[in-house]
Amino acid sequence: MPTLTASKKSNRSAVRAGRPAPELILGDLWEFDPAPESADPKLKARYELFIDGKFVAPKGGRYFDSINPANEQKLAEIALAGPADVDAAYAAAQRAYDGVWGKLPGRERAKYLYRIARLLQDRAREFAVAETLDGGKPIKESRDFDVPMAAAHFFYHAGWADKLDYVAPGRKVAPLGVVGQVIPWNFPLLMCAWKLAPALAMGNTVVLKPAETTSITALKLAEIFQDAGLPPGVVNFVTGAGEVGAAVMNHPTPAKIAFTGSTEVGKIIMRGLAGTDKKMTMELGGKAANIVFDDAPIDQAVEGIVNGIFFNQGHVCCAGSRLLVQESVAAKVLAKLKNRIRTLRVGDPMDKNTDIGAINSREQLDKITRLVAAGVKEGGEMFQPACKLPAKGFYFRPTIFSGVSMSSRVAREEIFGPVLSILTFRTVDEAIEKANNTAYGLSAGVWTDKGSRILKMSTELKAGVVWANTYNKFDPTSPFGGYKESGFGREGGRQGLLDYCKLV
Amino acid sequence: MARLPITKTPKVYVGGAFIRSESARVFPITGFAGEFFANIPQCTRKDLRNAVEAAAKAGPGWAKRTAYNRGQILYRLGEMIEARAGEMADAIMLGGATPAAAAREVAATVDRLIYYAGWTDKYEQVLGNVNPVAAPYFNFTVTEPMGIIGVIAPDEAPLLALISLIAPAITSGNTVVALASSTQPYPAILLGEMLATSDLPGGVVNLLTGFRKELISTFATHTHLRAISAVVNAEERKALALGAADSVKRTHLRKAEDKHDWLADSAQSLEAIRETLEFKTTWHPVGA
Repeated sequence: MPTLTASKKSNRSAVRAGRPAPELILGDLWEFDPAPESADPKLKARYELFIDGKFVAPKGGRYFDSINPANEQKLAEIALAGPADVDAAYAAAQRAYDGVWGKLPGRERAKYLYRIARLLQDRAREFAVAETLDGGKPIKESRDFDVPMAAAHFFYHAGWADKLDYVAPGRKVAPLGVVGQVIPWNFPLLMCAWKLAPALAMGNTVVLKPAETTSITALKLAEIFQDAGLPPGVVNFVTGAGEVGAAVMNHPTPAKIAFTGSTEVGKIIMRGLAGTDKKMTMELGGKAANIVFDDAPIDQAVEGIVNGIFFNQGHVCCAGSRLLVQESVAAKVLAKLKNRIRTLRVGDPMDKNTDIGAINSREQLDKITRLVAAGVKEGGEMFQPACKLPAKGFYFRPTIFSGVSMSSRVAREEIFGPVLSILTFRTVDEAIEKANNTAYGLSAGVWTDKGSRILKMSTELKAGVVWANTYNKFDPTSPFGGYKESGFGREGGRQGLLDYCKLV
Repeated sequence: MARLPITKTPKVYVGGAFIRSESARVFPITGFAGEFFANIPQCTRKDLRNAVEAAAKAGPGWAKRTAYNRGQILYRLGEMIEARAGEMADAIMLGGATPAAAAREVAATVDRLIYYAGWTDKYEQVLGNVNPVAAPYFNFTVTEPMGIIGVIAPDEAPLLALISLIAPAITSGNTVVALASSTQPYPAILLGEMLATSDLPGGVVNLLTGFRKELISTFATHTHLRAISAVVNAEERKALALGAADSVKRTHLRKAEDKHDWLADSAQSLEAIRETLEFKTTWHPVGA
C-alpha cells in the first residue's frame, strides 16, 4: 500500500541512484580485540593408519608432517601409507563386508550411524578447533558449518539404512561391496561424512584417503568409530598424498570408487579405470556464475556474492567465482561490493571474528598468486582491500577483478581461492549464454525479485545446484553434484543413495 | 516381358533428411539367397560430427516440448512401425531371422515404444522430489535431459536393440546420434523412413550406418556427446571409457559378450531413462 513514508523513501533512493550511500568503513582502522577460540583439540603427536578397527603403523615406517597453515607450525605426524597398507585396508574392508556389514540388517546399521552422529555432536567443539588448526578455515565456519553439517549427514543417512526399498521405486537395491574414496582438503571432515554416510547406510564398506594436508579430523573420526563400536574394517583410513590416492583408486578390490577433487585429477582417475567394470562418482571442479539482475535486492545480493566467493577462502568447488551483473546496476553493485570487502577481517583462523582464514597450503597459495598475476596481465582491473596480513602463514587478500573478458584465465579456470571475476550482461539470454559458456556445471546463483525469472534461469542453467537469492547452502537432504566436466553422481538426498547401490 | 522393379537406394536419416555418406562410400548387403540387395552408406567421422550438429540444433526444441507431446510422438512412432510391420519384418529377415522371430521383434519394438511413450509424463514424478532442508528454503530436485546421447547398437536384434537404446533417451528430451548394427543395417534404414513420418522433429534421432572401428573413437571423444549408451566388446568399452574421460562423459556400456534378452520386459526400465538424465536441485527462499 503506498504511504507517505514509502514515497519519501523512493524519492531518497532516486537521488542516490548510481551512487552508494555513505558508509562507515571499519576495516583495519578499527582494531578488534582478539577473540581466540581456546578449546583443546586433543591432538596426538602422531597419527597412525586406521585399518581393521585399529590404529596401525605404516608398514614402511614413514610419516609426514601436518602443519597449521595459519602459522606454518607442525601439528602432528601422519602415517604415510604404502601399497601394502592399502592392500591391508582393502582386505579388512572386504572381510568386514563379507562377514558383518553386508549381512547386518539395515536397522542395526542405522544405529551405528546414529551413534556416530551423536558422538560427533558431543565432541563438536574439539573437532571444530582441530579442523581449523589443520586446514586454516575460520573457526566460525568449522564451528557453525563443517562439524554440525557432518553430524547431520550421518544422522540423515542413518535413517535410510532400513528404508532402502524406497530409494528406487519398483526395484530392490543392494550394496555394491567395497568402495574406495578419495576426498579433498577444503572440507576435510564434512567430505568424510558426505562420502561415508551414504556408503555405509547402503551396506558398503570403505577405504578412504583424506587429503595429505588435512588428515587429522578423519583420524579423529576414527576414534569416534571405535567409541561407537563400529565393526572393524567397515571404514579404513589410509593417509598420504597422490600416490596413495592412486593406489586406492586403482586397486582391484573396490566395486566402486568415489572421488571429490579437481577435474584434472578426475579425468586421470577415469582413464585409469577405463576398461574395468567399476562404478564411479566424480565430484569435480566448478566455475559457477552468480547472476545478479537489476531488480535484485542489492544489499542481500552483495552479502550473497561475498558468501559465494569468500566462504572458506574460496576453497569451494561450487564457489560463485564468476559474478555476472546486469549492466544497469553493475556500478552500484561493484561500489557496494568494494565497501563490503573492506570490512572483511582476514587473519588468524582461530579468532572468532575472522572472516577469511588461511589458505590451505603454500602450494595452493602459489597457484592463486599465479592466476591472479595472469588476471592482471590479461587486463582485468584488480581490487584488494588494504588489510594487514599476519607475518607467518599462508594468506591472500580477498580479490576482485572487474572488466574481465569471458576468455580471461580468471574467468575460465578454477582458482579455488578468494578471487572473484566480474562480468556484465544486458539481457536474460546473454546471462544464460555467458553462465553456461564453461566446461564446468556444478552450481549457479540467481538474484532477482521475479519468481518466474528464477524458475526460467534455474531451468536454463546447466548446473547441478541452483541457488536463488542465496548461495552456498547445503543440506544432507539436498542432492549435490555437477553437470558436464564438474562430474557425475549426486551426494545427499535420495538421489545420492542411488550411486552407492545396485538394482537387483 | 516382365516389368523390372524399382530398387530402393538406402539412405541414412540425419537431421530430418535422407542422406548418403559425405564420403560417397557404400558397402553391399545381400538378400535371402545371398544375392546383391543394396548398397548401404558407410558413414564417416565427418558424418558423425554432422549428425551431432543436427542433434544439437534439434535438442533445445525437443527438450521444451511438453511431456504430453513427447508421449504422443513416441506413440505415433509406434503407430508408424505397426502400420509397416510386414515390411520391417522382411528387413529383419534379411539377416536370417525366421518369419516368426522377425514378427516378434517388430511387435516387441512397437510395444517398447508404447512403454516409453507412457513414461514421458511420469518419470519426473517418480525420480524428482522436494527435499526437507533444515532451513527456510523450498528445495526441489528435478531431472533434465543430458543433451546429445551417442548410441552404439549391437549387431543382433537390429531393430529392437536399437530402439531399446534410443527410446529411453528421447523419452526425456535428449537427442540421439545412433550407429546401427553393422551386420544388419537395413532395418535402421527403414526405421529412418518411419521416424520421418512420426512427427518426431528432424534431428532428434539421427541414424548412421557403417563400421564401429571407424567411428568409435569419435563417439568416445566428441565433447558434444554428453553420454554414450552402447553395447560393445571389451576393447571398445576401454576405448570409449578412455575417450570419455577427456570431457567427463557419462558412459553406460553394456557388454556385447553377455547374453541380452531384448524381448524381455527387463530390457525396458525407468533406470534406462534415468541413465541419460541429470538431477538439478534448486534452492528458493521461503518468506514474504
